[in-house]
Amino acid sequence: MAIADPMDNSSSNAGQFVELGGEGALRLDSGTELASFGVAYQTYGALNAEKSNAILVCHALTGDQHAANAHPLTGKPGWWDIMIGPGRPLDTNRYFIISTNVLGGCMGSTGPKDINPETGEPWALSFPVITIGDMVRAQARLLDHLGIDQLFCVMGGSMGGMQALQWASAYPERVFAAVPIASGSRHSAQNIAFHEVGRQAIMADRDWHGGEYHAHATTPRAGLAVARMAAHITYLSEAALHRKFGRRLQDREHITFGFDADFQVESYLRHQGSTFVDRFDANSYLYITRAMDYFDMAVEHGGSLPAAFHKTPVRFCVISFTSDWLFPTSDSREVVKALNAEAANVSFVEVETDKGHDAFLLDEPEFHKTLVGFLNGAADKRGLKKP
Amino acid sequence: MSPASDLARAALRVDLQFVADLIEPGARVLDIGCDDGALLHYLSNEQNVDGRGIEISQAGVNACVARGLSVIQGNADTDLMDYPNDAFDYVVLSRTLQATHNPRDVLSQLVRIGRRAIVTFPNFGYWRVRWNLMANGRMPTTRLLAEPWYSTENIHLCTIRDFAQLCEDLDLRTERQVILNHTGHNTRFRSTSRYANFFGEQALFMLTRR
Repeated sequence: MAIADPMDNSSSNAGQFVELGGEGALRLDSGTELASFGVAYQTYGALNAEKSNAILVCHALTGDQHAANAHPLTGKPGWWDIMIGPGRPLDTNRYFIISTNVLGGCMGSTGPKDINPETGEPWALSFPVITIGDMVRAQARLLDHLGIDQLFCVMGGSMGGMQALQWASAYPERVFAAVPIASGSRHSAQNIAFHEVGRQAIMADRDWHGGEYHAHATTPRAGLAVARMAAHITYLSEAALHRKFGRRLQDREHITFGFDADFQVESYLRHQGSTFVDRFDANSYLYITRAMDYFDMAVEHGGSLPAAFHKTPVRFCVISFTSDWLFPTSDSREVVKALNAEAANVSFVEVETDKGHDAFLLDEPEFHKTLVGFLNGAADKRGLKKP
Repeated sequence: MSPASDLARAALRVDLQFVADLIEPGARVLDIGCDDGALLHYLSNEQNVDGRGIEISQAGVNACVARGLSVIQGNADTDLMDYPNDAFDYVVLSRTLQATHNPRDVLSQLVRIGRRAIVTFPNFGYWRVRWNLMANGRMPTTRLLAEPWYSTENIHLCTIRDFAQLCEDLDLRTERQVILNHTGHNTRFRSTSRYANFFGEQALFMLTRR
């Protein structure tokens, strides 16, 4: 196993992969089970001898395990490259960072584009519908495999925050600290509505073929691109869009009285859509958006959100952003309220920014300062050696 | 106390030094309006207290979280109702009550969620305040009430007698009281005395439900 190798501070693109299920099938919330499943993951830094310094970083809807290394398909830096590394907020000199591709994903962990061992064909829509709870269960199996009893911290933004909350709720004894960022305990009606638009765009694409596009050697490029474009708007804010693009025209002096991308913002969205299609699987998009839609921690605990965190020993740091309208601060406050009702150990910061939901991916000094402060405090309490 | 912790105590704002003296080691404490976390930091370092804070300003919360304290961004008027009964051994509200919208409700919440509530506030019956208004005919500004009337956060100022009356109305028991003079020394006046209301610049009450 490479995980305990202190020299392995690298970030090879190949990453790591483990086939699980031999120790027992993975039971899913839908009532079905996966007899075997794979988890693709990356690690950064070194696991200490006590195995007490592991931080699980959970990715958002369209993220993957390549959090802090060049992406193997796009060549771009990892989605949390500014966060993870020596001397960075998630300091690899102190912490051992694990980043997995979620169950249902398309970057190596088992998902709808993989072969169903029973049929020898890609799963496509015969892949069972998975939930945030299932993703977390699969991650827990990976930790079993790595011999890590307790995470020092689990964190993530957006859907990654949902996983962090789910971890704290389902495995309170396996989590010392949890940091849900720009997230919430349930997906709102508005968010489900946006996801539905995206799914309908994919399914309306003739190249989707009822999910069997692999058999037709096609892929629903147009549909998936539209889904991405619509979603991308929700990750920004009016102010951010205005600052970035205003009404500026794209490579032209005047409007063309046509439907070409006259405006820079149109050109930007088209680019976002087309590059996304090159790295993401359309069926995975359906499955993962569904998992987010189904997420509602209160419903799973008899309608009471505090019950999801009953007497929790976990230290929480909840973070939201003022201009985030996808997971507004009120969603984070709901979580904080529930934790207060359990007199839990919780910090909560609303960071002032006009960058919208995506602020959790960006260089936001106040956000990073908060996170570093929280991690330092928690690490001292956990007795982790300073770097 | 060791010289080092004496020094740490002396670095606290004067009313907070008296608050800290009242809190037993190892207690669960909620500090409402905890500012940059000075009291919580002192209590957790020197008295091994399990501390939490509520602070309205982002700068304050960030300062707290950055020094490893558990603090949420929130405010006394709206966020106390979320906590269960007797969640804390002590709930501290220092120089904040006069800035709340509904001090009566806030006070009731304090003694509900804490077994003891410790409240400090500037005394509007202090002789300099009275003199200010009488001699100049203008809204008083003093060291503790520095902002002019149009920009002050202090919207519900009270005197020591007013506060004592509210405690009586709410059927609260005063376990301890400290009346501080302008040099920050304990006057040892009883809060019910006219001297306290005249010479006390600020007051500290430790309250419980009857």
